[in-house]
Parts: sequence; C-alpha cells; structure tokens
Amino acid sequence: MSDKNLNKNGERESSNSQVQEPPFGGQGGFVSRFVPVNIENIDTDQIIPARFLKATTREGFGKNLFRDWRYYNDDESKTRADFPLNMSQFDGEILVAGKNFGCGSSREHAAWAILDYGFRVVVSSFFADIFRNNALNNGVLPVQVSDEFLQRIFLQDNNTELTVDLEQQTIRINSTGEQEHFDINSYKKTCLLNGYDDIDFLLSNKAAIETFEKQRV
Amino acid sequence: MTDHIHTASADSPLRGAGGATLFEKIWEKHVVKTIDDGPSVLYIDKHFIHEVTSPQAFTGLNKRGIKVFRPQQVVATADHNVPTLNQHLPIKEELSRLQVEALIKNCAEHGIELYGLGHPFQGIVHVIGPELGITQPGMTIVCGDSHTSTHGAFGSIAFGIGTSEVEMVFASQCLLQSKPKLMRINVDGVLNKGVVSKDIVLYILSKISASGATGYAVEFAGSAIRSLSMEARMTICNMSIEMGARCGMIAPDETTFAYIKGRKFAPQGAEWDKKVAEWKQLFSDADAQFDEEVFINAAAIEPMITYGTNPGMGIGVSETIPTTETINDTDRSGLAKSLAYMGLEQGAAIKGQKIDYVFIGSCTNSRIEDLRMVASFVKGKKKADGVEVWIVPGSKQVEAQAIQEGIDKIFEEAGFQLRQPGCSACLGMNEDKIPAGKYCISTSNRNFEGRQGAGARTLLASPLTAAAAAVTGVVTDPRSLPNPSAGGALDS
Repeated sequence: MSDKNLNKNGERESSNSQVQEPPFGGQGGFVSRFVPVNIENIDTDQIIPARFLKATTREGFGKNLFRDWRYYNDDESKTRADFPLNMSQFDGEILVAGKNFGCGSSREHAAWAILDYGFRVVVSSFFADIFRNNALNNGVLPVQVSDEFLQRIFLQDNNTELTVDLEQQTIRINSTGEQEHFDINSYKKTCLLNGYDDIDFLLSNKAAIETFEKQRV
Repeated sequence: MTDHIHTASADSPLRGAGGATLFEKIWEKHVVKTIDDGPSVLYIDKHFIHEVTSPQAFTGLNKRGIKVFRPQQVVATADHNVPTLNQHLPIKEELSRLQVEALIKNCAEHGIELYGLGHPFQGIVHVIGPELGITQPGMTIVCGDSHTSTHGAFGSIAFGIGTSEVEMVFASQCLLQSKPKLMRINVDGVLNKGVVSKDIVLYILSKISASGATGYAVEFAGSAIRSLSMEARMTICNMSIEMGARCGMIAPDETTFAYIKGRKFAPQGAEWDKKVAEWKQLFSDADAQFDEEVFINAAAIEPMITYGTNPGMGIGVSETIPTTETINDTDRSGLAKSLAYMGLEQGAAIKGQKIDYVFIGSCTNSRIEDLRMVASFVKGKKKADGVEVWIVPGSKQVEAQAIQEGIDKIFEEAGFQLRQPGCSACLGMNEDKIPAGKYCISTSNRNFEGRQGAGARTLLASPLTAAAAAVTGVVTDPRSLPNPSAGGALDS
C-alpha cells in the first residue's frame, strides 16, 4: 500500500466495498506488487475476528483485517513489526497467502475486510469453498496456483510485480517470466470481467423459478 | 479393520454410471435450471437467518427496492451476539443491541417469523430448526453461518453461505451453485465406553485434516453412525465444515422419523405418512459411486482432544502431542506456530494439562442430551477450585427441559453456571470471552487463534471429556472417573 492512500486507521481512503468498476478486463492484465503472508490455514477468524462483526454495513472492516496479527494485545499503538502488513517494504493490491486460505466461518466480512483494505486479488494454493464464493461476489479474485508456484512467488523480492490476466486465466511473475494457468468457473469469469451481478441474473429467472415452484407441489 | 482412504480413479467406469447418491437424489429435485458450463440455479426450501450476517443483505434488497420473495420460507432468531445472562434486560453492548434491533425491524418489514430474545423458541439457529421440526429430510437448507451443515443430519442438503448469497435467497429463493464432488465417510464397528459422537468427528478430522473434504459434499454412513441418536448425528454433521466440506449428511431412517414426529412444524396426519414414504427413498443406492471413500474403525476411537489451532489437530486423550517428525504433512509447517500460541510442547502428554475454563455449549454440543450427559457424569461431584464452568443451553426449549428434569440443580451443586441460550463463548461475540493466555476446554467446534477471545487457548472435546476436566481441573480421560451412567456408549 502506498502510504498516501491510507488514513490514520491504516485503511484506504477511497475504499468502497460495493463491487466496483471491474479492474480485470483491461489489456495486459492486472499488474501489482504483492504482500506475502506465508502462513497456511488462515481462517476467517484471523482475517476478521468475530468481535468486529457488529456493523450493519459492508464498509470499514479493512482497519481490522488480520487484527490480532497486526497488533499486540489488541492495541493499535503496539504494531507487530514482523507481520507483513506492517512492513513498509511490502506494498500492492495482491495478497499472497499459504494454502487453505479462508477456512472456517462463512462470514463475508472476511472478503469485505480484504477489499476494504485495498486488495483485489488473493493468491493461494488452496481456498476454502465459502470464502472463494464470498470473494467472487465482492469482486475480489481468488487465484489458485500450484504449491510450487506459490513457493516461487514467496521467494521473490519485495519489488517484484505479478500480472494477473483474468481473460487468459494466467498469473505471471514479471521479473522471471514464470507463468501459470489458473481455473475459474466460466460464469463467474464473465461476471467479473463485465461487472455482472448474480442477483440480477436470478431476478431475470423469476418466471422459471415460479414455474418450478408450481410443478413440484 | 484399519482406517483407510480410497479415491475412485477419474476414469472409473462406474462413476456416474451407477445408482444415485443421497446427495444427487436431493440435488436433482432442486435444480431449476443449469447454466451451460456454469452453476445451477438451485431452489432453497428453508432459509435461516440471524442478526450478524443478515443486515447487509436486507440493505441490499432495500437498495434494489424489492421485498423478500418467499418470507414464509425464512425463519429468524437472535443468537450470535446476545448476552447469556439477564436476557430480560436491554442488551448493554451498543453495537450488539443495534444488530438485534435491525433484525427485529427487518423481519417486521419483510414479514419474516422471528424467534427473538424473550421468545420461547429463541436459541442457536442450528438447535431450533431441528427441535421445531422445521428441518426435514430431502430439503435444501441454507443460513449465513457455516455450521448450517448441522441440518444435514436429517438427510438434507444444508450449507453455510455468505451475506451476498443471503441476499440472493431473499430475492429469488434460489442460489447459483456448482455441484460438489462426493465423499462418503464410513464409520463401522462399536464405540468404546466413554466415546461419543464428538469424539468420532474429532477423530475423522485428525485423520483427514481441516481441509480434507474441501470441495466435497460428505455423506456419513456405517453401523456406528446408524447407532447414534439424532442429536449425536447433528454433532457430526455440524463439524463437517471443519473438514472444509460443502455439507455433511446422513440418510434418514426410523431414528430420524421418530425424532421429527409430533414436533411443532412436522407434517401431520395423512401428510405425515406421505412424507415418510418419500423420505424412505432418501439413501445412496447400493451401486452409487463416490469420488472418494473413507473407512473408519469405530473401535479404534478413544476420547479425543485438540492441542493445536485448527480442528484437525486432535489426538486421543491418552496420546502425546505430535512432533514435527510424527505429525501429518498437512499440519507440519504450522505446528510450531500453533504450539507457541497454545503454550504446549511437542511430544508432551495432553493428559494433566491444567485448564482454567470449561465451556459446554454451541451448535455442536448444547442440546438436551449433551446436558444430560454432563449432569449424569457430574452428579455428586464438584468442580475443581479455580476453574470456571459455563453451561450454555442451545435454546429456550433446551433450557426449560433441563430445569424440568432438575439438571439445573445438579449443575448448581457442582458449581457449574447454567446460563441463557446463545452462541456465547464459541466465538466470543458477546461478553462471554476467555481471557488471553487462559486454557478453555470447550465443546464447541473451532480452536482457531483468538476464537474464544483474543489470546484465548481452546481445547476442543466432547461434553463428557469437558465435564471430567471441570471436576479435576486438568485434561482427564473421562473413563478414569466413576460415572453413574456408565455402561456402553455414554451418549446412548
């Protein structure tokens, strides 16, 4: 994250948890440096602890992203210098994390916190199901890579940029040229590239749903 | 018999050619349409909601200017952030109170039945659905809570969803879902005395890991599963999400029908007979094929306890904590970090570990059978000095039943505190938090860092093992203490 965009709470001033103008459709893909959190089985209680789930809006969760790993004793004045989000050399809109990312609770607040903080892509070698859906429903792209490729990313220095090309379904380490294909459901890909909304799609199928209801009685 | 895992080869000629699985039979009946090379529009029969994951979904509907499409298929309760003492008073914590008030307002505006604080049906959403007879075989059931998998114990497809998906179901009574892979976990044989359903599921987790079923719908089968009560089955399906499973399910049988019959929203009269006839068709055909099968020997299971920071990090209570040499590959890299957080040592015995708190509650183990199990174990015993014991019933109905049976008196004499229904210290959203550094033996479902409070150290176990620790003040094999109800599996 470049500091100029952060307010005093360490969150993006311009952040907005509603699905934004899709950033993944442009030519050349989505290019950014990355923040490495090389920990496996990161559960949604770590991403956003339950005590911060009391809001009735989608905004403002970014300041509590990874709360208990960023601060000692829940005290914002006691930052943990060894946690990547607190290390000034790391910057970017891509979060790279160990395998089985997002396991545990179904709280969509985890995806909202990641987006609100300023990440648009999460790279891991394995994602929990519910988190994957929640991320996609908020315009955050989960990119699942092989364990080997993930380790290659972790080995790169902090200035390395990654290119995520949703159209081509590829992720590239720009400095080395190493590249890997990633899978995504083609329906969800279309939604992300065009900013389509599942609810609009479902509402457009109302007649079919009502017919289904009548036929099954 | 030894435990083993069998994966069907991708080109297995039988896969897809045989009969249907339980999951497939229910799934096919709920597909409205399927998008080419994409997900299906899946019809949802029942939608449970609570105060924490619904407000943003209602806001979304309001922004679109639409109402809930099928409000009669939605049931609401307040459970996640409610206090478990003095529920008749206004909620002190302001943000919690605002969430509960938002739920009341939203339910009123959209015509949704709410079993809120003060209502005789209020309770943890996954406790009240089954006890009211709302949860039935063959249904599709969702809720903005990952432990929705609990309802699969009745032979339904039940899974947790995010808030955007809550909004989708509000808007259309449907979800876009891709069909998961299918896994069957067979547990055969007879359980040892003192081993209960929580131990079965912690044992399975220790074998397949906290991500071992990600991407799968899991069916639990086998003679040991068949022998369990409905409440015990719910404990197992509840924790299928801890394996990463999309859902967990058990084929309905006479035990299921007997449990549902006569409950408030159960079918009545001729409708009952018709439904039971339909429900009897809900099983995996003998020639049905699964993508993966796991075989577990029930007799090999002893009372289980977790030592780490994910639910797959469990051992038998008489075993020692794994070392980096002995642990499975999945948890090796996280072992040192986990044990540093827990303040435990590689290779050490878990038995005898001092504990500070005992939490008996949560959607995993807060039903009347759980409370009876604890009461019969502690009758005539006292809690150890310095240990705080919280019993949090899953619902107002469970609480009332416990009082009617005199279980509350047994707890009082033992020095256990019987509180009021809610999710409580399972996730520490209300005041019920475990202080940093303290050890809590808990009948809940997650031992993640900070889950029960920042810095809290959670040891997951069965109600029986938790009760034993409450009495001794240290991790204890419940079989080593006298138990008036001993004789076969203690939850039967």
